[in-house]
Amino acid sequence: MISYIIRRLIAAVGLVIVITMITFAIFYLMPRLAGATPETLATRYVGRTATGATVEQTAQRLGFYDPVPVQYWHWLTGVVNGTEFDIGSGVEKCPRPCLGYSFRNKDPVTPEIMRRLPVSFSLAVGAAVLWLTFGVATGVLSALRRGSFFDRAAMTVALAGVSMPIFWTGVMSLSLFSYKLGWTPPGGQYTKLSDNPLEWAHGLLLPWITLALLFSAQYARLTRAGMLETMGEDYIRTARAKGLRERRVVVKHGLRAALTPIVTIFGLDFGLLIGSAVLTETVFGLPGLGQLAIDGTKNNDLPQVLGVVLLIAVFVAIANLVVDLLYAVIDPRVRTK
Amino acid sequence: MTTLTPESSRGPAPSPGSHYLEVADLQVHFTTDDGVVKSVDGLSFHLDRGQTLGIVGESGSGKSVTSMAVMGLHTAKNAHISGSIKLGGQELVGADKETVRKLRGKNMAMIFQDPLSSMHPFYTVGNQIVEAYRIHNDVSRKAARAHAIEMLDRVGIPEPGKRVDAFPHQFSGGMRQRAMIAMSLSCDPDLLIADEPTTALDVTVQAQILDLIRDLQKEFDSAVVIITHDLGVVAELADDILVMYAGRAAEYGSAEQLFNSPEHPYTWGLLGSMPRFDKAPTDRLLPIKGTPPSLIQVPEGCAFNPRCDFQPRVGSACLVERPDLHDNGGDHFVACHIPPAERQKIWAQEISPRLS
Repeated sequence: MISYIIRRLIAAVGLVIVITMITFAIFYLMPRLAGATPETLATRYVGRTATGATVEQTAQRLGFYDPVPVQYWHWLTGVVNGTEFDIGSGVEKCPRPCLGYSFRNKDPVTPEIMRRLPVSFSLAVGAAVLWLTFGVATGVLSALRRGSFFDRAAMTVALAGVSMPIFWTGVMSLSLFSYKLGWTPPGGQYTKLSDNPLEWAHGLLLPWITLALLFSAQYARLTRAGMLETMGEDYIRTARAKGLRERRVVVKHGLRAALTPIVTIFGLDFGLLIGSAVLTETVFGLPGLGQLAIDGTKNNDLPQVLGVVLLIAVFVAIANLVVDLLYAVIDPRVRTK
Repeated sequence: MTTLTPESSRGPAPSPGSHYLEVADLQVHFTTDDGVVKSVDGLSFHLDRGQTLGIVGESGSGKSVTSMAVMGLHTAKNAHISGSIKLGGQELVGADKETVRKLRGKNMAMIFQDPLSSMHPFYTVGNQIVEAYRIHNDVSRKAARAHAIEMLDRVGIPEPGKRVDAFPHQFSGGMRQRAMIAMSLSCDPDLLIADEPTTALDVTVQAQILDLIRDLQKEFDSAVVIITHDLGVVAELADDILVMYAGRAAEYGSAEQLFNSPEHPYTWGLLGSMPRFDKAPTDRLLPIKGTPPSLIQVPEGCAFNPRCDFQPRVGSACLVERPDLHDNGGDHFVACHIPPAERQKIWAQEISPRLS
């Protein structure tokens, strides 16, 4: 078991490194292959009226004259060991994990990401709790009352939920609940959990529900399919033959077995969601990581983009690892192999 | 309608009201898009404690559907059950679901065909036995565990104290079936239904499991129903045998009657298709021609008539009128239009010599 965990850990670190390499290649190598020179790259980060000397100086400062692998190496050692940067106003120390300085406003990227991480994390956790509760419950009930009015209604809503984009449901719910009814604050507000838990939940309620609607739908369908399958298994008949109450048959024997694929998908969804709830964050004006990534992309602020990508990769890798370990907890057949 | 005339000697004595399990005119129909599937259509039998009934028939003859009906396990909405199933005098057909649930596991238990798929893969064997025991017995987890270990020991699992914490997939097929039996017997049921208990097992293990069932039956004095398509199994265990065809009883009598003087052409067919050691390997088996009938459109008259070699001798009655189950004397019931004397002659002169 220990060696299994270690092997999985090494694989996870490898995965993260490969992902950063690919991202690095996309943003740093591809423009070069397309014919860009260090100077043309640097012109993006200086004013329109900049002289050739300024451009060269900027290119030098951003390290564009180094070969791309060397640039990557600098970035990676910065992450691992921390590094020092000359951002024009003297040398500054950037402690590890140093994700570099914004090409635009010369702010260090790491603190910015750390400031935004709780927002994205809050959003993801709250939404996950909601969608797991409602999605799984709906799926179970649908499966048990297969073909009933409830089942059909739930599956229709689920289909609608999957099909409706966040930017539509988000805006609609904002306009109804925030602006018309005034139940929740309009977007753009985030109160820290540590400041005021109630305000925190109140402000995030609408984004949670919006996000959860999308995922609940998916989870309801997944749970329903899983339950329909497991409830037809022989061991369910055995459980009934023992004289178990139906509720216990459903939950302890049926749902437990149907949970495996749900756990898998959930791990991946959750890991990914932390850095990529871009639409939700944008619609509700939440200063999260997704927004940072979008801003970074828009502004060619490569360190920002790389930083967010690294973080997402780490979360997905961790989620994967947790899922793999959970497998062993859920399914004893995995444990002994 | 089946007719059971009260008379007792060697065969299954049909005096009503005195048997532990009494099934009378049981019908289990399923409404489907293609029509009504009459899986069981007017079946009667009974069983005393300490006795074993073998229910034999091809796939789709209604054996398992019958046992599921007794256990009250037909949960599908399209299942319609009528007739009467009495367990220890208590009527189960139409009874409150909760009442039947409380009987399940405690008064009647079931062993299933495939122990691997019939045990939950995520729980330990001990856990599953404990669960079965604690539903019906208000005992501590510890006491239940001790009971589980004792049960595992009783069904012949070595090192039960260790194996109790193993998962089903860590057991061999035979061990799993033993564990399954331990689970079924954990509440000391009065009725044990074994639905093809040895079908999924190695031949070498089959005999052990049958021995185990027989020993435990003696020990617990329970009534046992063995459902199988394997005549060897019922020959081994059963006191009475019920041969089912297309959801009805074709022949019903003591094991001795059914093996030594069977009177239904279908039973002859089953006996003929049973491999035997005491015959030269060059002798061909004698399969029953044709295939089991559709249960949506059961053949007119005798359901077996399209496959019966003797129908031409009897004539049109087989094609028109469904034969009832009649006692030929000695509590040996046969549903066939061939007159009893004629049947006995055919068996003695034509069938029996071919089989021996």
